[in-house]
Amino acid sequence: MRQAKTLSAHPARQVRWMNRDRAIALLMIAPSALAIAVFVYGFIGWTAYISMTDWRGLMITTSFVGFENYLTIFNTGRFQTNIRNLIVFTVFFLAACLIIGLLLAVLIDSRVRFEGFFRSVYIFPMALSFIVTGVVWQWLFAPGNWPNDPTGINLLFKQSGLGFLQAAWTTDTSVVPGWRIEGLRTRIGVPMAMIPVVVAAVWQMSGFVMAMYLAGLRGIPEEIKEAARVDGATEWQVFRTITLPMLQPITLSAVIILGHISLKIFDLIVTMTGGAPGNNTEVPGLYMYEITFKANKFAEGAAVAMVMLVVVALLVVPYLIYNRRTEVER
Amino acid sequence: MSGVAMPAPKRRHIHWSRVIVYGVMIIFLLFFLLPVYLLLITSFKSFDQVSLSRMWELPTSFSLESFNRAWNGGEGVIGMRGSFWNSVQLVVPATVISCILGSLNGYVLSKWRFPGSETLFTLILFGMFIPYQSVLVPLVEVLREIRLYATIPGLILVHVVYGIPITTLIFRNYYATVPNELVEAGKIDGADFFHIYRHVMLPLSAPGFVVAAIWQFTSIWNEFLFGLIITNDPQLRPVTVALQNLSGSQFTQWNVQMAGALMVALPPLLVYIFLGKYFLRGLLAGSLKG
Repeated sequence: MRQAKTLSAHPARQVRWMNRDRAIALLMIAPSALAIAVFVYGFIGWTAYISMTDWRGLMITTSFVGFENYLTIFNTGRFQTNIRNLIVFTVFFLAACLIIGLLLAVLIDSRVRFEGFFRSVYIFPMALSFIVTGVVWQWLFAPGNWPNDPTGINLLFKQSGLGFLQAAWTTDTSVVPGWRIEGLRTRIGVPMAMIPVVVAAVWQMSGFVMAMYLAGLRGIPEEIKEAARVDGATEWQVFRTITLPMLQPITLSAVIILGHISLKIFDLIVTMTGGAPGNNTEVPGLYMYEITFKANKFAEGAAVAMVMLVVVALLVVPYLIYNRRTEVER
Repeated sequence: MSGVAMPAPKRRHIHWSRVIVYGVMIIFLLFFLLPVYLLLITSFKSFDQVSLSRMWELPTSFSLESFNRAWNGGEGVIGMRGSFWNSVQLVVPATVISCILGSLNGYVLSKWRFPGSETLFTLILFGMFIPYQSVLVPLVEVLREIRLYATIPGLILVHVVYGIPITTLIFRNYYATVPNELVEAGKIDGADFFHIYRHVMLPLSAPGFVVAAIWQFTSIWNEFLFGLIITNDPQLRPVTVALQNLSGSQFTQWNVQMAGALMVALPPLLVYIFLGKYFLRGLLAGSLKG
C-alpha cells in the first residue's frame, strides 16, 4: 500500500513499466494490434509484392518483374485518364464542399430561426450509402432526349422556364478544354460528365463539412470578436482576421477527411456512371476493380492499388504525425 | 439538437441581409431535399403512372407496387428481402464485436499507456484511411484459405478488423475525458485491470458505445466494396450490392429502383432521425481531436 501511494505521487517516473496489470493491458490490445499488423500492413506488403510480379489470369507460377507493371499502367491512356478524372473530381469536390460547408455554417451560426431543422436537413445525406445517392442522382441527371423530350433535372429546368440550363450531364463526352500534350495519352481538361458526379458527392458530404465548421465557429469565444468590434472592425474584417484564421485547423481536418474519401471514390461512380461515357468518369478505384476482378490482371491491379495507397498516404501520414506531435505537447 | 447557449443577445436586424440569409438557406434546403422528393413521389407511383416525361408530377393514387416488386422480386427482378436479412445478420454481430474491441483498445491506450503506445495508436489509425483496394486480393486469398470466403462470418470478420481503427479512436478519445484520478484511485485500492474497467470505465461508457455503435452500424450497412468482393454469391450479398444490381439491370423499372433505394436508406435514416446527436458526434470523432 505504501508503495502504491508513492506510485500515484510520481506516476510517470516511478511506475515500473511491467507488472501484472500492464501485462494484461498489453494482452488485451494484442489481438487488435495483430489483426491490424496482418490485415493492413501485411496485406499491403503482399499487394506490393504482387504488383512486382507478372501475375495475370490463372497462372501457377509467377516471376518477379520489378516496376514493370507500374510503367505499363502509367503508359496506358486509360490510367492516365483515370488520374486526370481523379484530380478533377478531387479539386471540384473539395472546393465545393469547403465553400458550401463554410457558407452554410456561417449562415446557421448567424442566429437563424429553425436552426435545428436546417442543420438536420443539410446533414442527413451523410447517413446514406453512396449507392443510394448514386441511384437517385443517376435519375436526376439522366438527360433524356433534350431539349425537346428531357427527363430528370433537364425536365425540371424546361418546366420552370430555365430550359437554357439543360445539358447532356452524365452522357456528355466532351473534355474542356481537352488539350493534347506530347507524350500524354489523354486529353487535359475537365471531363464534363464528371460534373454530375461531383454534384452528387457534394450533396452527400457538404453537410458534414458544415457540421465541422459549425463546431469550430461555436468554439470561438464571442469576447474576441466583440473586442474587435469595439475597436471598430467591420463584420467582414472580424470574419477575415479572426474567424477564418481560427477555423484553419478545421479546414485542415476537412481536407484530410474529404481528400481521402475522394481519392478512394468507387461506389458512387460505379452506381452513377460505371465510368462512362468512354472512360470519362472512371477513377483508379474503379479501374483497379475492373482489371483485377474482371480481367484477372492481378499484378497490374495491384500496381494501381499501390499507387492509390501512396497518394492517400502522402495526404494522411503527415497529418497523423502532426496530430500525434500536437497531442504529446498537450 | 439544441439551439441553446447563445451568449449576449444581439440587436435584431430585420434587414434585407436577413432576407438574403434565409433565401440562400432555403435554396440549399431545396437542393438537399430535391432527391428526397423525387425518391418519395416515384416510389409511391403505380406502374402505369411511371413515365419519365412526367417524373416530377405527384402520384395521382397511392401505390405500394414498387415496394412490393423491390422487396419480393418478380418479372426479372431479384427481390431485396433476402439481402436485407443478410445485412442484418452482418451488421449486428460486426457492430457488437467491434465496439467491444474498440472499448478495450481505447481503455488500454488512454489509461494503461506503455512505451510505444502512441506509436501503436497512430499505426492503428492509419488503417482507417487506406484504400481497401490495396488489401483486397490478399484478403480474398486468406479468406479462401480459412474457408470464410463468400460467407457472412467472413464479411463480419473483415468489417470487425477494418473497424478497429475508428472504434479505437472513438473510445480512446472518449476515455481521455474520464479523469485519470478515478483510475489511479482504483489502482491504489488494489483494483486490477478488469476491475477498473468493469466498475469505473464501463458505467461511464454508455455514450461512447452509442456513438461507436451508430458509426459502425451505418458504415457497415452502407458499405459496398467488401460486400461486392467477398460475397460472390447472390444469395449472400448485402443490401448495397443488391441495390446496385437492381439499378444496374436495364429491365428494372426505375420506380422499383427508387423504392429499393428508399428501403436501403431507411435503417440508417431512422438512426439519424432518432439519435442524430450521437450520429454527429461519431462523424466529428473521426475528424476532430479530443
